[in-house]
Amino acid sequence: MKFSDVVIIGGGPAGMSAALAAAEAGVRVTMMDRFSEPGGQLVKQTHRFFGSEHERAGTRGIEIVEILRKQIEENPLIEVKKNTDVLGIYSDRVITFEEDHVYGRMTAGKIIIATGASEKMLQFENNDLPGVYGAGAVQTLMNVYGIQPGQRVLMIGAGNIGLIVSYQLLQAGAQVAAIVEAAPRIGGYKVHASKVRRFGVPIYTKTTIKAALGDHRVTGAVLADMDDKFQIIPGTEREIEVDTICIAVGLAPLSELLVHSGAEMHYVPQLGGFVPVRDEYLETTAPGVYVAGDVSCIEEATAAMLEGSIAGVSAAIASGMNRPELIAKREEFVEQLAILRSGAAGKKIRDGLKLIARREQN
Amino acid sequence: MRITKHPVLKFEQGKMVPFTFEGQTLEGIEGEPIAAALHANGIRELRDHKGRPRGLFCAIGNCSSCLMEVNGIPNVRVCTEPLKEGMIVKKQKGYGSLLGGGEG
Repeated sequence: MKFSDVVIIGGGPAGMSAALAAAEAGVRVTMMDRFSEPGGQLVKQTHRFFGSEHERAGTRGIEIVEILRKQIEENPLIEVKKNTDVLGIYSDRVITFEEDHVYGRMTAGKIIIATGASEKMLQFENNDLPGVYGAGAVQTLMNVYGIQPGQRVLMIGAGNIGLIVSYQLLQAGAQVAAIVEAAPRIGGYKVHASKVRRFGVPIYTKTTIKAALGDHRVTGAVLADMDDKFQIIPGTEREIEVDTICIAVGLAPLSELLVHSGAEMHYVPQLGGFVPVRDEYLETTAPGVYVAGDVSCIEEATAAMLEGSIAGVSAAIASGMNRPELIAKREEFVEQLAILRSGAAGKKIRDGLKLIARREQN
Repeated sequence: MRITKHPVLKFEQGKMVPFTFEGQTLEGIEGEPIAAALHANGIRELRDHKGRPRGLFCAIGNCSSCLMEVNGIPNVRVCTEPLKEGMIVKKQKGYGSLLGGGEG
């Protein structure tokens, strides 16, 4: 059976960074990705990144993808398996997959799981009607394929994703009828909220969607006010005319393969759902299985790239590349990530990570 | 509807190829996901799940809302499956059947 020192599952920001870090340390890497080109969800991030220059602040996600793709292409130690779905992880790190619809198997010295996240659904009447999309889907249609999904859109959720996608809808020429948010406050950054407000888009807090209207496609929605306990206040229902409903209520880690690998998992709401117990260098309790990016904790692309770098170097070190300069490099990545998560915005993540850190065994 | 003007992005117009949807001949860009080609033609209803119409939800191969029958094969995720010239795309009914009959 074919063998690779490090197999990375998922070619998004975390997976690409892990591939580069491991290959630069000198091990052979295979990166598997579901799509025809790696890049993950970075391919639709048209906004500029925040943070320090070190973390590519000021660069758009779509530009970062190009940089990382080129580095991966030029690195002879990295093999990319495109159009590849991983089916399972078995004992002794045997991985089964479907590559261009053909079944295959290989073994790995180390595995880095960087599968990302999936969109959370919201329960309301008719939520399966065509025209109800996850926010990421709308972003993909617009920013990757150049298709405007609808003329008049209702956005559910005023976190950063809801606000950014609303702005991108406006850029693409669609109308955003309203943004509704169940919480009493807008969750996303003020700078994003201001941008959509300048276009005259109303943001209604303490408001939810009760139902989607329409027979074979969305023709409207029923909105309602919510009380402090997130219950609908009867009598406040009103209809709004839209052809598209976009749900931006958060992401959940795509953790099935981690469960398959036997890693110990816990439900940690601060990190987005079921996440693996891991040590400082992102190794899970399944020996030789590492985790990086949104599947480890729902955050954003900069953190995902740093986690990828940490997991990649760690997997290389554990594969015998135990050199002092690599250990020093890993400490640098760990420190950068700690700085990124410091401050008020990172508190939720820090609290969550405390709950899931792998204790040193005596 | 295809976006023609965008302040940040430029969309390269690829090669247009014909395909059929429910017997009707449409055109889409070769290599784009089948779901994108259908959306560009204004088609958002992709299958019938036990009497309920279903469309695209996640667009990245996670959720299985967009399963369709392509060239006789059921349960194809059209959000990730690239469009090829002459593809025969049909709305899937129920769980689909490999033998081509019934509603599964």
